[in-house]
Amino acid sequence: MRMAFSIKLEKRLRSSRWMAILVSVASVMLAFLLGAVLLTVFDADPWDTYRAMLQGAFGTSEQWQEGQFYSVTETLVKAIPLILTGLAVSVAFRMLFWNIGAEGQLVMGGVAAAGVALWFPTLFPFVPLSPWVYLPLMIVGSVLAGAAWALMPALLKSFLRVNEIITTLMLNYVAILWYQHLFNVIWKDPEGYGFPGSAEIGEFAQVPRFSGRLHWGLGVAVAAAVLLWVVLDRMRWGYEIRLIGENATAARYAGVSLGRNIVMVMLLSGGLAGIAGMVEVAGISHRLQQGLNVGYGFTGIIVAWLARLNPWGVMLVATLLAAMLVGGDQIQITMGLPASVALVLQGAILFCVLGGDMFTRYRLRLVRKSPQVRGTTPMV
Amino acid sequence: MVIEARPVAVEMRAIVKRFPGVLANDRVELVIRSGEVHALLGENGAGKTTLMSALCGLYRPDEGEIYIARSDDERPQPADIGSPRDAIQLGVGMVHQHFRLVANQTVAENVILGLDGTPLLLDMKSVGERLLALSEKYGLRVDPETFIWQLSVGEQQRVEILKLLFRGAEILVLDEPTAVLTPNEAAELGKTLRRMCAEGKAVVFISHKLDEVMSFCDRVTVLRDGRNVAALATGDTDKAALAELMVGREVLFRVEKEDTEIGEVVLSVEEVCALNDKGFPALQDVSLQVASGEVLGIAGVSGNGQRELAETVTGLRGTTGGRVFVRGRELTDQTPLRFIRAGVSHIPGDRLGMGLAGNLPVSDNLIMKAFRQAPLAAGPFLSKPAVSIFADRLIKAFDVLTPSRSTPARNLSGGNQQKAILAREISTGEEHGDAGATVLVAVQPTRGLDVGATESVRRALLEQRARGSAILLVSEDLDELLALSDRIAVMHAGRIMGVVTGSETSMEEVGLMMAGEMV
Repeated sequence: MRMAFSIKLEKRLRSSRWMAILVSVASVMLAFLLGAVLLTVFDADPWDTYRAMLQGAFGTSEQWQEGQFYSVTETLVKAIPLILTGLAVSVAFRMLFWNIGAEGQLVMGGVAAAGVALWFPTLFPFVPLSPWVYLPLMIVGSVLAGAAWALMPALLKSFLRVNEIITTLMLNYVAILWYQHLFNVIWKDPEGYGFPGSAEIGEFAQVPRFSGRLHWGLGVAVAAAVLLWVVLDRMRWGYEIRLIGENATAARYAGVSLGRNIVMVMLLSGGLAGIAGMVEVAGISHRLQQGLNVGYGFTGIIVAWLARLNPWGVMLVATLLAAMLVGGDQIQITMGLPASVALVLQGAILFCVLGGDMFTRYRLRLVRKSPQVRGTTPMV
Repeated sequence: MVIEARPVAVEMRAIVKRFPGVLANDRVELVIRSGEVHALLGENGAGKTTLMSALCGLYRPDEGEIYIARSDDERPQPADIGSPRDAIQLGVGMVHQHFRLVANQTVAENVILGLDGTPLLLDMKSVGERLLALSEKYGLRVDPETFIWQLSVGEQQRVEILKLLFRGAEILVLDEPTAVLTPNEAAELGKTLRRMCAEGKAVVFISHKLDEVMSFCDRVTVLRDGRNVAALATGDTDKAALAELMVGREVLFRVEKEDTEIGEVVLSVEEVCALNDKGFPALQDVSLQVASGEVLGIAGVSGNGQRELAETVTGLRGTTGGRVFVRGRELTDQTPLRFIRAGVSHIPGDRLGMGLAGNLPVSDNLIMKAFRQAPLAAGPFLSKPAVSIFADRLIKAFDVLTPSRSTPARNLSGGNQQKAILAREISTGEEHGDAGATVLVAVQPTRGLDVGATESVRRALLEQRARGSAILLVSEDLDELLALSDRIAVMHAGRIMGVVTGSETSMEEVGLMMAGEMV
């Protein structure tokens, strides 16, 4: 008679915060290990590659001694939009509203910011051309645009129960097409020698930079994270969002309006993503041109998930993912490897963390099977 | 033939099934004979569906054996059922409460879906012919060519039964089959079951409706709290006896009830109609009044509209007719928040489903209703120190046993979860009801609790009564209703069958009304 063992999943009775952090760290390490296997297949030394990525993202010690911070500032430049989209996605996901549309909301925010910068001076000549006036105006414009883009799926969900994953996802493409039409045709710079793109926005509408390309959008992103933490952790509204996310039936029973919260949370979420578009236009490109929709909105989903929807975590994870993007560009130059290695790693990390999440809720146990009378199909 | 003389088709011995924190089946025994309709009777959560899921391969029991006979001449053999596929090979099939049909495929396509040995090129014509023959034989009229989405719920159920017959099932398990049927359809189903039994098939009929058990079934096994209570022939019993077996509790104890002064009417319901979650009428012209200092008990076998009534008078369920008043002010179809503000508290029947957010700390659960007012609210903010003070005060006052206020609510025992809900509801009722007496709607407040917790919950309810609350107590425990209620209204099929005075009625009288008889 043969004794067989089978692996059984058992629900953990309690899951601790430490367990969650431990599993996250282990998952990321496993992802890098998987990446190492892949790199070896491509005949690249994983150790060298990872070191090159790290140096590309944060600089070498020599560069630091010479006062060159180009790598770090580039990493932070990329972290700014990721923090904002990560926050945008986090707040929606907290109440289990699956906003996959941060990309489109970001693009609309960028369009609105560029629109304000390009057309307000002629439409409203009495507004002083000062960054103290224009930057707040552009932020307001981008928040309104992003929020409006998020409002449609929110209303459809709360009144007609339309699946928000579909609507938010599809609206991304509508936003992107609009934006492309704008800079290719309607807002195309007549003095641009035929290159696609709007005219450059005036200096009064540019976010000032303080080191390399690093601009004060960083301050906006950090302020947004702190503000969101206050909302989620200290305000009654944050409590309502938490309640809905944990048990929507209980929330309704406690007198919390689900429809109203869906709309309010999506306005906040879309507004945050809109600011991400504004800082990209006013801080980096200084005009509406190709390159606003490089996927910050989608990477924001990864950021939010890895950060476990926590604003402080979003700042940390956004910086790490930005470092991987910048490091990925670096190995393209120094190692001759495709920059998409970074994207592969990103995907591997998300896979491992999502898979590893199971271990925070379940534990594996070996069970001795009783000998079988006949062959049985395993239970699903 | 005498039923006891018929050959045994299925025997389940000492079945034990545990879920985290729950013993769903505790050494349950079941014998099903071929040619009989066997009722499995019990309240919600008594372990009926769990037991049948073990027979049909959905769960593997933790302990116990199952024996199945392949034919009437054979003795039952030990069966190892690891999946629904194994079960159907042994001739056992189940019709679930929620049908498993593909809406945009035809009846015939659904029937052969997942069938073993289906040829690569389907001969749908012969499938259709075989189906027609089967439906003719058992009186299950459905056109094999129609799409599932074109069928009524009753017709879909016939497709589910045909699916099993097509696979050669000899033992059919129907999980609360009449819950979705009109009375006519139910009667027709009864005839079909009879025909199948005449063929020597065995049918297990899971139900908590006494009428149907008495009219459709030959024998009945009663489960309560995961254990066997009785197994008897329907000819040897009656509805009242079955009701007592099903809902009775071994522990009988009385809580001292003081005489209170019954004041003016606080909660008034006038001819209210409402639908259940499936869109069927659940309340039909229900009228009742609860006065200050009074406990109105609502008796009834579960699923006769009690939950819907509780949800209607707390704003959680819309009405399709009638009006709801609290202290003379009309609140029909207002938001749950309006009801809370009017001083209506609610202890829901589903503790972790509605009453608590299990993953959130106890403190977050305790403030669920009070977080909108000072001192918890400070403008748009939530004052953390005030939350801690508030939570600690309630934990102490209501003797909630918890490691700390930050422990997730789901880690508390059922009794302490219920005490936490009680603490929240009673305290917020006092906060809000400044305009006068409050309403407390308590649904199954002691279900699943041990003796001690039960007693403290009952005591708390009576204290509220003494303070002038109007209490609507929904319970399936007749002892509890008789012990606590001033008056008892009995519900059956969404209607009030009658209202009796708590001190002048008997268990038998209430039991008969629960079974649908006007007294």
